Amino acid sequence: MKIIVALKQVPARDSQLKVAPSGKWIDESDLTFEINEPDAYALEEALQLKEKHGGEVIVLCAGPERAASSIREALAKGADRAIHIEEDDLGAYDTLALARVLAKAAETEKPDLVLTGLQSDDLGSGQTGVVMAELMGLPHATIIMQVELAGAGLRVKRELEDGWFQFAGMPLPALLTIQSGINKLRYATLMGIKKAKSKEIRRLTAADLGVPPRSTVTVAGIFAPPRMKQTQILDGSPREAAAKLVEKLKFEARVI
Amino acid sequence: MNGILVVTETGLNGLHKMSLETVAAGQQLSRELGQPVSAAVFLTAPLSAKLDRVYRVQHDLLSAYTADGYTAALEALIHQADPAVVLFPHTYQVRDFAPKLATRFGQVLISDIIGVHEGKWRRQLFQGKLNADFLPQPGTRVFASIQAGAFRADQLEAGAAPEEIFSPALDPSLLRQKPEPPFRESARAVDLSAADVIVSVGRGIKEQDNIPVVEELAKALGAELAASRPICDNGWLPMERQVGSSGQTVAPKVYVAVGISGAIQHLVGMKGSKTIVAINKDPNAPIFEVADYGIIGDLFEVVPALVDEVKKARG
Ligand SMILES: Cc1cc2nc3c(=O)[nH]c(=O)nc-3n(C[C@H](O)[C@H](O)[C@H](O)COP(=O)(O)OP(=O)(O)OC[C@H]3O[C@@H](n4cnc5c(N)ncnc54)[C@H](O)[C@@H]3O)c2cc1C
Repeated sequence: MKIIVALKQVPARDSQLKVAPSGKWIDESDLTFEINEPDAYALEEALQLKEKHGGEVIVLCAGPERAASSIREALAKGADRAIHIEEDDLGAYDTLALARVLAKAAETEKPDLVLTGLQSDDLGSGQTGVVMAELMGLPHATIIMQVELAGAGLRVKRELEDGWFQFAGMPLPALLTIQSGINKLRYATLMGIKKAKSKEIRRLTAADLGVPPRSTVTVAGIFAPPRMKQTQILDGSPREAAAKLVEKLKFEARVI
Repeated sequence: MNGILVVTETGLNGLHKMSLETVAAGQQLSRELGQPVSAAVFLTAPLSAKLDRVYRVQHDLLSAYTADGYTAALEALIHQADPAVVLFPHTYQVRDFAPKLATRFGQVLISDIIGVHEGKWRRQLFQGKLNADFLPQPGTRVFASIQAGAFRADQLEAGAAPEEIFSPALDPSLLRQKPEPPFRESARAVDLSAADVIVSVGRGIKEQDNIPVVEELAKALGAELAASRPICDNGWLPMERQVGSSGQTVAPKVYVAVGISGAIQHLVGMKGSKTIVAINKDPNAPIFEVADYGIIGDLFEVVPALVDEVKKARG
């Protein structure tokens, strides 16, 4: 089975974010970056499917030069090779234009299965996978918590709301967006890191793929959210703050 | 292109609760833009709201949801009704098909919006740490999905609407997904909704071995222990203690969020709590937007001190 995993590099989770002078994106200068968490689960799922059924795992990533570190990490964990669509200014591509870039690159590989995370931790649109599926003419399913091969197709477990789930079948090739927690992430081994150095990374640009930048939706500005509620901050040393909170719990909330 | 079309969602027991919030949003937008507002309703779920039209979308192939079926049906409806704005509730089902539908029209869905002001559609970035305003290109059809709680169902203008049956032509071969009936994993042994006090732990706890730190607090307060999703994903606490859109919805007298950032999927499960306490080392964590009381600090220092103080107060 030939599996493509589309993954994105995003700022590390506990980053302190500052708005850039342009007012349209964050200041990326002092940040560290990592693989978007749901994408890491998508990669793991692909690696487990390959281990069970054989085949090849190809990482597909659009991003600036720095994204190469995440691609290397994916190769070190066991992906076979990678396609890096190297673009410094992906801000000029909206979700649809970027999905076009990814779909074009993915199509050349004729994959049996395309996996991606259900959303990115930065933009959080939750759309790239679904739009890719539409552009590639593939059946898809989202928020997936289990993947099985069933005959010539797939049987997948979709997460629904309030603790409900549902299985659904579909033919291959197909695209799935993977939910965090579907599996247990592995760490790269030293051997894996060594091997990754000799694995192929094909570098392309969006122009090579013939997809021009396009934005039907543009960012007017980003800013810190206004406080909706007046939070009473209980300050002082941990002990003082704790004592103040106990007062509140005792005399206002009346639960002590 | 004119007017607003609200695509509602029908759940297992009638309209999904976020559908009414979305209808309220559609009515508000209709007043602001001076344009008509209609709604699309699948199956026979009743909807009583002041609307210019209700489309009853009906077809045997739509009795169970599939992304392919819903996309094809709504594509046909949009061609017929020709709305300038299409609104959806940002549910798991909408996440599954609305991006595909917008793509059919060469548009990008503006997903999970929290408001719209003067043509700017506002949504969160970085799991609620920042907000962004998005501008659709003028003259293009807008597709937008609305975050839970961003508009209020009690602002819905009641009334009636002329109903029209819309029966799209659908070919069974279009529907590639074959859904099985929905199910729940196991009977819930823990009913968090009955608890007066809940201590809920998030990824700030760092390791499974640290869980006793918050267990102590729950014990001292006589509280149930709950968690954010990553804690349950990791198996540090059982799934049935997860609070949020995929887990339980709770509204205790006091909810103490320890090391939880406050992503929307968590907030929808607990923001109805009477008093919310947040303990977090990051003063900008979105959880402070809903908290009544906050302690900014390291939970490994604050929580043990709190356990002592609670025990002292209890005598
Ligand atoms: C479709 C979907 C469904 C989802 N369903 C759910 C759901 O049902 N429930 C749910 O909870 N989530 C759900 N999520 C995930 C959600 O988006 C968030 O990723 C999750 O809630 C984050 O959990 P967290 O706050 O524990 O972790 P993080 O976001 O990583 O936050 C950890 C927090 O701990 C703080 N911290 C770190 N160290 C310390 C310390 N020493 N002392 C004090 N504070 C510290 C940090 O400042 C940070 O604010 C869902 C996501 C999706 C896409």
